[in-house]
Formats: sequence, structure tokens, C-alpha cells
Amino acid sequence: MQEVKNRALALLKDGTVKRVLGWRIGENTYDPEPAFFESEEDMQTFVYNNFCAANLSKYMIEASKLEGKTLVCLKPCDSYSFNQLLSEHRVDREKTYIIGVGCKGKLSIENVKRAGVKGILSVNDTDPLQVETLYGNTEVSYKAAMLDRCHVCKGKEHVVYDELIGESEDTSTADRFAQVQMIEAMSPAEKFAFFQKELSKCIRCNACRNVCPACSCRKCVFDSDKFDSAQKANVDSFEEKMFHIIRAFHVAGRCTDCGECSRVCPQGIPLHLFNRKFIKDINTLYGEYQAGADAEARGPLTSFTADDAEPSVVAEGGTK
Amino acid sequence: MKKIAISNLPKLYAAIAKAQSLILPVKTAGKTNFSLWTEACDVDLQTLKTVKSAKDAFFPQSETLYHCHRDGKNITITPEDLQSESFVVFGIKGCDVRGIAVLDKVFLAEPVDSFYAARRCHGTIVSLACGAPEESCFCKVFGIDCAEPEGDVVTWLTEDYLYWKPVTEKGEKLTALVADLLEDSDDAAVTAQKEAIGKIVEKLPYAALSLEGWNGEALNEKFNSPLWETLYKPCLACGTCTFVCPTCQCYDIKDYNTGNGVQRYRCWDSCMYSDFTMMAHGNNRTSQLQRFRQRFMHKLVYFPANNDGMYSCVGCGRCVDKCPSHLNIVKVIKAFGKEGK
Repeated sequence: MQEVKNRALALLKDGTVKRVLGWRIGENTYDPEPAFFESEEDMQTFVYNNFCAANLSKYMIEASKLEGKTLVCLKPCDSYSFNQLLSEHRVDREKTYIIGVGCKGKLSIENVKRAGVKGILSVNDTDPLQVETLYGNTEVSYKAAMLDRCHVCKGKEHVVYDELIGESEDTSTADRFAQVQMIEAMSPAEKFAFFQKELSKCIRCNACRNVCPACSCRKCVFDSDKFDSAQKANVDSFEEKMFHIIRAFHVAGRCTDCGECSRVCPQGIPLHLFNRKFIKDINTLYGEYQAGADAEARGPLTSFTADDAEPSVVAEGGTK
Repeated sequence: MKKIAISNLPKLYAAIAKAQSLILPVKTAGKTNFSLWTEACDVDLQTLKTVKSAKDAFFPQSETLYHCHRDGKNITITPEDLQSESFVVFGIKGCDVRGIAVLDKVFLAEPVDSFYAARRCHGTIVSLACGAPEESCFCKVFGIDCAEPEGDVVTWLTEDYLYWKPVTEKGEKLTALVADLLEDSDDAAVTAQKEAIGKIVEKLPYAALSLEGWNGEALNEKFNSPLWETLYKPCLACGTCTFVCPTCQCYDIKDYNTGNGVQRYRCWDSCMYSDFTMMAHGNNRTSQLQRFRQRFMHKLVYFPANNDGMYSCVGCGRCVDKCPSHLNIVKVIKAFGKEGK
């Protein structure tokens, strides 16, 4: 979107910001990469299109340590992650200039491929997607190519920004907790089999952890050589599962459900389901809560009230 | 040339598996990876690229080397048995077969890696031509012919038949084992397919990628380039590129505390990880820029410097498809190309 680029460039030129955090155009429409821009010349390669799915909030942790202000482009759901990081004092609001960019659902080239398209030479980002391939031309509907997370959109409002450019749309088509309920309805054996099948694909690349804005530790416990369960492949598959389960517990109450974990998983493991189960339980036990909605709010798991569910109720996963 | 009807493939798998273990592309929970054949498994020859390469068959992501068991004041050391039975890896693409040749350079050179060597000795490779190459493929750049891959047996899949051509002694042996299921055939269908593949390969977006300037001599010039400063920035420091790669061969050796002993195992390591090559004195690569640079320098400069010019990239394009930040070796090569360096 040209308007975002022009505005970012103007703010860079007039010295309001020292650098711009956005996306750089890739080899094709569908592979833009997160990038920092510091000059007008560099800004020539800036792009904002419907394939710009990466949530840039986490890059602001490092950018907050740099000299001067950083302009960051945040989509509505990214702004929740930024707010959450703000409440954890991991990013510096004073050193951030936020352009809330419009979002009408982001696209995933994986999903275009999932629709059966092979050998993609070019693709546009409008509805329907016109795809030119090595094996002929075809179309894919925008909804089919949309990231899975966009089907449970958090809405079109940015929760934190300095200015807004572009329109957003609520792209929800599904109930956020439907998949969780489906798993809850399974017998323990079925649940185990489901997660066993999914998690056995894990290659321990740690992409889920590294992309996760809630995983903001400078050094992860799994990266320590003093810890038995390292970040690499372990001796048995039980340990592999521990990694994901520990991670889900660690981000419980802080996960905004941004969906980056599932977007980046090379093996297509629906990792967000763990987090969403926690979110659902928190909603049930402590009342509706959306992490990142309010940077001043105290999370339900980090504050105590006399109304809190009793531990026994929590342990049974029951209702208050 | 031999052939077998597609409808008879389950019989072929069963016949091989009866005599040896059979590893082939299997779809589990929506993704296809090389895995042990079982009667119930969902064999998937249609997906061009398995998520992980076939590397695991010879160099598993995690493998035990030996056990130490303590009993009072006695310690018993039990080494893990080496592969001693024959096995077949079926459906490997040309890029992955070359990937094994890259691993051979590392693990079969002195001192020979006995675990790897035993698997190479007992494994038979049945390769499969790429009927429909995809946009991220650039094996041609490394002189690989995906229409006629290397291997002990080479196969081609058409709509009705799997064509089968034994190439080596091991290949002939396997062919004899399943001779009852194969029928003689002419080359017509294979020739036609090879021609069609050739035409597609010419049209691949990265078919003309230039490796000019990337060689064992380019060490200082490439290492000191200011380009890395920009290129590494979006890198998440995850290990996706290294773990889906058919040639990445670095591993770590770790001890698992079994309560009354130690299970010593090795597992794939990633140069993207902060503790990669951590030594007693500390770490010799302290920034992500250095770790990122290491991967490409290894594939395109250090490896050819030590192996008669052989690159340790085979152009499979998995890193192109899988990097969460859309970084990859193609972008790196092109960035240097643009700078004219």
C-alpha cells in the first residue's frame, strides 16, 4: 500500500523516526520479509501487501534498545502483541511510532498450495487470487488462501497506535473455540492419539518459540546447556512433547492468540490449539480476558482476587 | 527397463518390506515425510518435497551411541549396535540423492563415522524422477538432473506405471528380489516424461541462478562483506532451514541421565542456535549475524574449499519454502550477485 510507504518515508525524512520496521519486497508477491529501513534509497524496496503476515511486534524488543525512535507497522492483531509486550516492559513506547496498518485478512502461500496449486510463478493478492503456474493459470478464493488465524479474527480495531492508515475488516468465519471444543469432547485416549500424531512431526526447529511475542526471554531455559531437555532433538518423543507443553504453560495468560506459532511451523502442527485451550479455560474460570487488549490491566494469572476459582476446581478443569 | 502398474505398488512395498525394512514418503497428519512402511501407512508419492529430506534414513535426527550403566562401583558400557540389516529407501528425489553424496564427503572421510557408514553399506536407494518440479527448485544450478536422478534403482512415475531401472549392483539385487512383480518395458514413456520435465526445468524461476564468485577462494571477500548486516536482520534464529536441509550435517553429542547411568546420543545441531559449537572457552560466534553467515559460507565457500569445489547445497528449495521470515540461500546468492561481488 503506497500510502503507508509514503507516510513512513516522510517520517523518516523529517527525522521523527530513525528507522522504519516493515516488510521488504521478496522474489515474488508472496515472500516479503520483515526488514528495517534507514534511508530513502532503502525504502524503495518497502512493501505492504496482503502477504505481509509476519507480526513485527517482537522485533521491537531489540529495536527498543537502539538509539532513536523506530516506526513500526502493526496490523490490528499485531497491536495486541505489542500492548502485551508493553505491559511486560519489554518494549519502549517512547521509542516507538506505530502506524496501525489496515488489514483485511492475510494470505498464506502454503494455503494456496494446500488448495492444490503447484509451481507458482506469480500470484496477486486480491480476491480471487490469480495464480500463474508452471502448469497453467488458475484462481484461488481469498478466503481459501487466508491464514487459518484470520478465520478467527480479533476484529478491525488497533488497540495501540499513533496513526492509522488503511481500512481493516473483521474476517471471522469460524468460532474461535470450536476446534478446542472438538478436542475437549474426545476421550483421553483419542486426545492422546491426536496430539501424539501432530507432535511427532516436530523437528525441534524452535520456529514457534522464536517467532512468539510471548516468548520474550533473552535466553530460553531450553537453550541452556545445564538443562536436560535441550532445544534440540531429545532421546525420546516424550521429551519432545514436554517442550510444547512447557511452552504453552509459560505463555498462558500472556498469549494473545496471534497465531504466529502455527503460521511458521514447517510441519503444520496446530500449536495454537494448546494456547487457545488455556485462553478458553481462563475465560471460563476468571471471566473473559484478552491478553494485550489493555496494557495497564493485570492478567488473571498474575493477580489475585477473592473471587478466583479454587485450585481444586481449576485442577478438574471445571466451571466455577 | 522394467515397470509395474500403480495399482500393484502396495504389493511391491509389501514384497520389499517382507525382506527388508522399507522407508518411503508417508503422509501423517497432513504432512509428508520419510517414514517406515507399514500396511496401514498412507504412502504419498504425489507430494514433490517431503518436509524433511531423506537424510534421516542415513543420519537420523537423534540416535543413541552408547549406554553407560552404573552398578555399585562397576560401570558397564554398552555400545549401540551398528546397522547390520539391509534396508531400502524408496522415492528419493535427485536433490536428496546428491545430498547423500555431500554427507558421504563428511562422514566417510577419515575418521569414518561408523554409524553412518554402516547405514550407507546396508541401504539401497531407489530414486524417483520429479514428474512436476516446483517454483522453489533449483537443482539444475548444481548440475543435478531431476529427470534422471542418481541412485541404485531409478524410477519414474506416470499416470499408470512406475518405471524401474536398476543402475548398480545393489539395484540389481533389489530388482531380483521383486522380479515377480515387474514386467519388461520399453523406454518410450520415460523418454517422453524426461523431455517434459526438461522443458519445465528451463522455465523454473531460479533455473538461471548464477553461482559466479562463490567458490573456495572467495573466503575473505565474502566473509567481510557488509551485505550480511542487512541480510541476517529478519532471521529468527530458528533451525528450520538447517533441519529441512538435505546436506546440513552438524550434530551435537549429549548425555541423557537415565537415573543410574548415561545414555549418550547425538542429535542434529543448527548453526542458527546460540550454543552452536560452544566450547570451554565460550562461543566463537556470538551474534546472529555470524551464525547466519556461517550457514551460507559453509555451503558455498568452506565446503567447496575442502571438497574439490563441491557445493553443499543441492537446490532442493526446502529452505525457500519453509523459512518463516522468507529468507533463503537464493536471496543471499542474488544479493551478492547484484552487488557484483
